[in-house]
Amino acid sequence: MNKSSITEIVNKNLKTRYKKEARFQRYGQFSIFVAIIFLVIFFTSIISKGYTAFNQAEIRLNVNLDYEYIDPDRTGNIEEIRYGDFDGIVYEAFYKLFPKVKSRADKRELRELLSSGAGIKIQRLVIEDISLIGSQIDLWLPLDDEVDMLLKGNIDVDLPESSRRISDSQINFIKQLQEQKIIENKFNTTLFTSGDSRESEQAGILGALVGSALMLSITFMIAFPLGVAAAIYLEEFAPKNRFIDFIEVNINNLAAVPSIIYGLLGLAVFINYLGMPRSAPLVGGLVLALMTFPVVIIASRASLQSVPPSIRDAALGVGASKIQTIFDHILPLALPGILTGSIIGMARALGESAPLIMIGMVAFVVDIPSSPLDSSAALPVQVYLWADSPERGFVEKTSAAIMVLLTFLLLMNSLAIWLRNKYEIKW
Amino acid sequence: MFGFLFIIILLFCLAIFFIAKRHAINIKKQNGFLHSLPKYYGFYASLWFSIPTLCIVLLYSLFAESFVTSNLVNSLPENIKNLSDNELTLVLNNIKNFAVGNISDSSSFASIQQAADFYNAQYDLIHSVVLYSSLILGLLTFIYAYRSITATYRARNFIENAIYLLFFSSALVAIFVTAGILLSVLFEALRFFEVINFSDFLFGLSWSPQMAIREGQVGSSGLFGAMPLFAGTILISLIALLLAVPIGLLTAIYLSEYADTKVRAITKPILEILSGIPTVVYGFFAVVTVAPFIRHVGSLVGLDIASESALGVGLVMGIMIIPLVSSLSDDVISSVPQSLREGSYGLGATKSETIKKVILPAALPGIIGGILLAASRAIGETMIVVMAAGLSAKLSFNPIDAVTTVTVQIVTLLTGDQEFDSPKTLAAFALGLTLFVFTLFLNFIALKIVRKYREQYE
Repeated sequence: MNKSSITEIVNKNLKTRYKKEARFQRYGQFSIFVAIIFLVIFFTSIISKGYTAFNQAEIRLNVNLDYEYIDPDRTGNIEEIRYGDFDGIVYEAFYKLFPKVKSRADKRELRELLSSGAGIKIQRLVIEDISLIGSQIDLWLPLDDEVDMLLKGNIDVDLPESSRRISDSQINFIKQLQEQKIIENKFNTTLFTSGDSRESEQAGILGALVGSALMLSITFMIAFPLGVAAAIYLEEFAPKNRFIDFIEVNINNLAAVPSIIYGLLGLAVFINYLGMPRSAPLVGGLVLALMTFPVVIIASRASLQSVPPSIRDAALGVGASKIQTIFDHILPLALPGILTGSIIGMARALGESAPLIMIGMVAFVVDIPSSPLDSSAALPVQVYLWADSPERGFVEKTSAAIMVLLTFLLLMNSLAIWLRNKYEIKW
Repeated sequence: MFGFLFIIILLFCLAIFFIAKRHAINIKKQNGFLHSLPKYYGFYASLWFSIPTLCIVLLYSLFAESFVTSNLVNSLPENIKNLSDNELTLVLNNIKNFAVGNISDSSSFASIQQAADFYNAQYDLIHSVVLYSSLILGLLTFIYAYRSITATYRARNFIENAIYLLFFSSALVAIFVTAGILLSVLFEALRFFEVINFSDFLFGLSWSPQMAIREGQVGSSGLFGAMPLFAGTILISLIALLLAVPIGLLTAIYLSEYADTKVRAITKPILEILSGIPTVVYGFFAVVTVAPFIRHVGSLVGLDIASESALGVGLVMGIMIIPLVSSLSDDVISSVPQSLREGSYGLGATKSETIKKVILPAALPGIIGGILLAASRAIGETMIVVMAAGLSAKLSFNPIDAVTTVTVQIVTLLTGDQEFDSPKTLAAFALGLTLFVFTLFLNFIALKIVRKYREQYE
């Protein structure tokens, strides 16, 4: 075959080959595009569903803090006042807005528009300052979650009356209130200041936040020192033999064990065998610590490996012992990397819910935990619980809780990246 | 009490550290020589003090409650002692609540006040015993340590050996955790297999874990054939992999072979975000966005798609594992030696031909390892399926049916109140064991392939 015929063959195919090349490149671009589109859909879906939850419909009422309702015997005793009829006060003020409403059924429909949190709000106010009793004040009080949903446009008013949870006459009442301009969307402080509740307008994430914080601190206190110590042993001391290989295989496998298995371990060992309390942040923290431990080891080993041997040799050469070399020279140099990896591991622990469900953290807990032994919720489990609730109001609450959770994850990861950029030394 | 003891021990440790250090400095002044730095003698003495005291505190926290309770039971009147176990526990809880001052029902028996006082007195006694015995023992060992401090005593070596021991035992924890997982799951699973035949469990075709609440109830024998669960798990994982492997792999190829550094610097962190999103959030996304969307699309083409269809769950799970596949493949592809690429270019191959005919075959074992890791992740994934997949076990490979998975059943079996020794709860551990063994197997193979591959090119 002569030279020109080879060139001919090559040239003939060149066009299709270049086309294939371009097509292949487009496949790659397309798949990146798909991945990014998923992310965009994901965030728009969560944010568009959740941003409204940071506001809550409230009504301005002129309430009369009458002795008759709160403290009929005028004892001035806090314990007596605590059991006052605060709902009655709210209802009285509310009925006043509708002088024409007389029938019992209509009054009941009116009452349903108010949140049961309204009475509780007044109760707290009065207990804080007893001198308010007997006076008349203007207050912003929360409305029921169905009203809230209606005002946010989440309820289709064109549906037949029987298939929605708010009646025509109630919609009418709300229209009247809107004309008087005493209904407003206020910032929802309840979301950040209270625990869980069956009523979505009173449900908050504070309890879950505190539970997660308690759990993460326990996780960090156990997994971090243990993981760093194990990594130091494996990097600086371990001989090369079968036993050490076995430990390494164990660590690699532990990092890939499904998280739900850790939950089973926690249930069988911590709760059934050791008799620790269910749904307590202590147990949750322990389980998450076992999960995070291999992650910390792997991150710490990578960081220890990156410290050049010359540092070790220099320290040993001037007479430092091995432990002194580690504590005074290697560890300070490796610490930023270790911390970066550990914080990322902690962020993963914060988002983990399957093992927590196993150890009973799905319990409905209203109170905000004050110690690691109290029953408590955790942020991701709260998301799971709310996502299961049928009320419409909880859909936006769930999205809002997710946004808070993602914010915390973002903060932790940014902290990790900041630490790495600021302190990590490139050798 | 625990915190109080802990603070006291800590304060003593601090004081002892300074006393021993002072002592060491004095010895150095007298002799002009000291083997270790003075601080090591401080650590040495406080270590001697703290170890026995901490042992006693540990014993206290493990056994105090059961000791006091058994004493309390013995002190109770005969008629209460003879109550059934459950009722006795109730009475004991009442007494304990009463003792710590929680308002409780005092009508259960007349002498509850007396019993509560007894309980409190017992605890007070134990507290003082623990406090004094630990302090006295600790001080004795401290005195021994203090007297052994001489100019030639090698305190640094002692401390360094202790630290070495600490490091070594931390590494051993990894083995203990694996053993703990294996034993706790295996132990309960064996109890399950005492009731249900092993092969019935593994190969049985129907799953309905309802057990009799009362004896002799109709239709309550409970069927524990796990095959439908395995099928569902595999179906969902397959759908996830079908989405994640092409996208992840193509992304990795584009990023490592075509993209310039600028595109890489932006795209990689974006993909990382996908992997950082908690799985519970993906589950919510599947329920409120993806499943209704798929159902809607299905109704447009005349398909009745279940709102908990395997398709929707699998797609969301696929999105979750895209970054895993892409980062593992990226590692493997970039570790293919440059010389292979250059050889191929030298023969006149285009970039895509090089990738398809040279790089991918060379990287294939590593990529398969990565896919296996992704599969094990998909199989063990819990929250997405718990929230978005079905509950009823149905042996079906139809992606638009609602199927259930192993992890879903573990969660449903173990949430809510059950007796801990019914086959229903034990079944969860048998499923857990299967899951553990299977994912362990996948991980082991995957890690082995990846490692072998890496050695080949290093």
